This record gives sequence, structure tokens and C-alpha cells, in this order.
Amino acid sequence: MAHAVLRSCSLSPLPRNSSSADLPTAPPASASPIFGSQFKLVGIEHTHGRFLNYFNPTLRLKASRESQGLTEQVTYNKQNRLVETQHGSDLFSELKHRFLSFKKHKFLDNFECFQNLAKGQAPKFMVIACADSRVCPSHILGFQPGEAFVVRNVANLVPPYENGPSETNAALEFAVNALEVEYILVVGHSFCGGIRALMSMQDKENSSFIQSWVVVGKNARLSTKAAASNLDFEQQCRHCEKESINRSLLNLLTYPWIEEKVGRGLLSIHGGYYDFVDCTFEKWTLDYEETTMRKETGIYSLKDRETWS
Amino acid sequence: MADQPSNVAAVAGGIKKLLREEEDLQGGEDQTTKTTTEVVDESPFDPIERIKEGFNHFKINEYDKYPEYFEKLKEGQSPKFLVFACSDSRVSPSRILNFKPGEAFMARNIANMVPAFNQVRYSGVGAIIEYSVGVLEVETILVIGHSKCGGIKALLDLPDDGAVSNDFVDDWVKIGLPAKAKVKAEFGDKCLDEQQMHLEKEAVNLSLLNLLSYPYVQEGVARRNLKLMGGYYDFIQGTFELWGFKLEVMPPLTI
Repeated sequence: MAHAVLRSCSLSPLPRNSSSADLPTAPPASASPIFGSQFKLVGIEHTHGRFLNYFNPTLRLKASRESQGLTEQVTYNKQNRLVETQHGSDLFSELKHRFLSFKKHKFLDNFECFQNLAKGQAPKFMVIACADSRVCPSHILGFQPGEAFVVRNVANLVPPYENGPSETNAALEFAVNALEVEYILVVGHSFCGGIRALMSMQDKENSSFIQSWVVVGKNARLSTKAAASNLDFEQQCRHCEKESINRSLLNLLTYPWIEEKVGRGLLSIHGGYYDFVDCTFEKWTLDYEETTMRKETGIYSLKDRETWS
Repeated sequence: MADQPSNVAAVAGGIKKLLREEEDLQGGEDQTTKTTTEVVDESPFDPIERIKEGFNHFKINEYDKYPEYFEKLKEGQSPKFLVFACSDSRVSPSRILNFKPGEAFMARNIANMVPAFNQVRYSGVGAIIEYSVGVLEVETILVIGHSKCGGIKALLDLPDDGAVSNDFVDDWVKIGLPAKAKVKAEFGDKCLDEQQMHLEKEAVNLSLLNLLSYPYVQEGVARRNLKLMGGYYDFIQGTFELWGFKLEVMPPLTI
């Protein structure tokens, strides 16, 4: 697998301390008002947990594997939720346990692979997905470390170029220009709260953060209302979830450095829709040539649509 | 890749066994079938096949295997965590902290930044916080930084004269300027690598502080013990640091 070596780094020797650290309290940081808030930062209480390496020389030399083959084993315990906690220490313990498990079963088992990744990342994919807790691309599409540069926001929206800077297009700029990803995938999903908020908005209502953000998808709402007015609200939301993905794909083309690469065949743009009710995944590709031919009409063209179930 | 099954780790599954099971389920027909000693994949990379394989694996090994768990998620989500993590392909919190579907509402952006409250400029992050804290009422917000962060490097490299080379990236990472000033003041004499490491951590603290500028967060902290935590994943050392974050208002002195 090709790696872009962004920076050579001399790896520090792994610590040989095999005991997990207890939670020492670090001295409080100095007070410093960062911005004009009405209260002053009087101290940062640091309960520090440092999960050290269970360094074992024999583990270190395990056979290296291509990262493509790193299949995640997600363990669903009997207690599927985190331990209810009244005290912070339970939370620390739980997260500590999880990291050390990752460390033991993944990181050390694939040490060479992770060391290669530490030198630099060269993901082929950029994924824009919703922040919804049920739709993490690492799970539903099985992305392994190093494979996908991921942006997650409410309703997996891509604002157009003319909207100005945002976290989403900062990530796009980095992924396309610096990392030179080859595929951009916008993944939407069923029962999206953000799309629901978009469909429920009254006109000229912009009072909440959610509304200020999802209004990026207003064209999707307009075309949904036009095309699916005979459907009930829930079905309209389903329609809008997919329409908004397509609008985001079109918005990607408003970025000159994206369109240029797509035009040269170096970058392709795809949409995906995860329905977690029946566990299906629908995918399609933006047909760039056809879409640009019809640019004046505003009609876009999709191709290679498939549904996996 | 497909070595002897007897070598499989004790953990239920294990990489090779899972691949084997998946191959069996697919009738052994797999364009990326592994040979005995090493991966031999001569076909050109097909992104669609790659994600199809990933989805099928998820469906077979998670969704279909734990129907009760996923049935509950259809009704709605009630994650206990809001996680801010970097978009970096190497630091998915679902991997390193094993967040299962439904556990964490997750925001991922360059350098895992949380800007201060600004409904015009930063509605994206605001929407995430409003929804997860105000509507879903998560119990803990965790901001995770990491080693070798390209976004933090871009922040460190920002010239003092305000010149800009990457419009959107530079504009975004400027959120971290107060943290950069702090690191320069304390560690300005250290090498750039070390400064970057300090800045990666200090930016997490800045983000935690910025979280408190959102009314839903303030209310959550005051009313229902919403917890704020910072984390730092060092994928070179293979370590994870985790810390709590608390703000105290001292009682006033009457003069």
C-alpha cells in the first residue's frame, strides 16, 4: 500500500513499564482567561490517566499484515452500555479498559502496520457522514485505520463554495489538495434528525444552531416538496435524506479544485444511503460528464446505482 | 493472510478467523482472497468493492448477529457521549475506544477543534453541540487530540504576518491561535516536533474551554453534571492520555 511519507519521524522507544498507571493528579495549570468570559479559569483539575504500553518483545514481532485485512472485532458485551457512573473513576476505568483492549488486540498485533501509518496517512477515501451515533463509517463500511479521512457533521451536509469557510470545506481542502484522496463519499441515513429539522423548519426561522446549519440543505427541501408532496411527512423525510446527499454531491463541484480533479478523472464523487431499519446500503456515483452537460438546466445525472442487503 | 486457523487469537473471532468465516459465507469467492503467506492482490483497487465488503462484514458480524441491540437503535439514539475527534484516517474513536453504534454522537473535523459560540460563523459545530447536549442530553463530552496532527501542524506553521496559503484550512485552524500563543510562550525554545505535541494537547484544552461558551453546555454542567474530558492518542508510542476538565467559580468577596 502506498504511503505518503509526510514527515519522517524518529520513533521514541516504547516504554517498558508494564503496569498500568493509577490516576495521579497533575498540578493545576496556571489560570489564564482565554476569552472574555464572565468567570476566570481558576484551575484545571487534571485527573490524568495514562494508559501505558504493555510492552512485550514477543508481541512486537508479530507478522505484519496489510491494513486492508484489519477486520475489526467489535465486542458486544452482555452489558451493552457503558457502566452507569456516578463517579468519574468508573468512566476512566471503562475507557482505559477499552483502549488497552484495542492496544493489545489490534495495535500490537499489527504493530508494523501502525508504525507505517504513524509516518504518514494516504487514505484513498474522504467520507462525509452524519454525526449520528448509529452511523459511524468505521462500523457500517468497515474502514480500517488509514483508509478514510472522515468528516462528521449534522445531516452529512456539504455547503457550497460561496458559503465561505467552514469545518467541512476545510476538511475537503485538506483531503483533496494535501492528501489527494481519490474518492469522496457522502453517506446519509434513514431517520436523520437533521433532515427532519430541515423539513420541519418554518420559513425565515433561524433561531437555533441546528436551523442555521441545516438551512444549507434548503434546495433539497424545495425539490422534495415539489417532487414528493403527495407523500406523508415521514416519507418526505426519507426522500429528502437522499435528495440532500445529491445536493451535497453537486455542492462538491462548486469547489474549483474539486471540479478540476473530477474533470481530469483523478477524483470521483459518490453518494451512499444507509437504512438502519432493514440494514441496506444504497450507493451511486455522480455522472460528471452528463451533469456538466446539463449544468444550465440544473439537472444532475447519477449512475451505477446499487443496493446491498 | 489466511494462515492456519489454529493461530487465531483468543478473542472471539480474530482477524483471520473472521476473514475465513466471511469467505465461507461468500462461497470462497473473493477477489481479495488471501494466499497462505502474504496478501497478493493484483487487481486494481475498486472502491465500490471495498466498501461493499466492509458493509457485508458489518451486516453479517454485527447487525445480524445482535438483532436485539440493533432493534433498540431503530427506535432512536441515546448516546452517552459526544466525541470530538480529528478527521485523520488513523484516529477513529470507534476503533481506538471501541464505541459501538449508538454509544457516541461523533463530530470529526480538522484538528478536533471546538470554536467558541458563534451562530453565524460556526453553525456546524453549534448544531452538533445543540443537538447532542440540548436534545439527546449526552452525559460526557470527550475531545480527543492525537499525535502528528496535520491540522495542528498547519496552525503551528501559520505565519505571523497573517499570510494564508490554504484558504479554508488556515481559516479553520486559526481557532487554535490562543493555544498556540500559550505553547509558544512556554515552549518556544523547544524543537518544532515538541512544540507540536504540546499544541496538540493544549488545543484540546482550548476546545474544552470553548465548549463552556455554549449555553447548553453551561446548563448541562450546572444542572445535570455534564462531564468534560480531554484525550490524547499517541499512535507512535501507543498510548492514550485521558483527563477531566473542571471549571470553578470562586465565591465573591464582599468589600
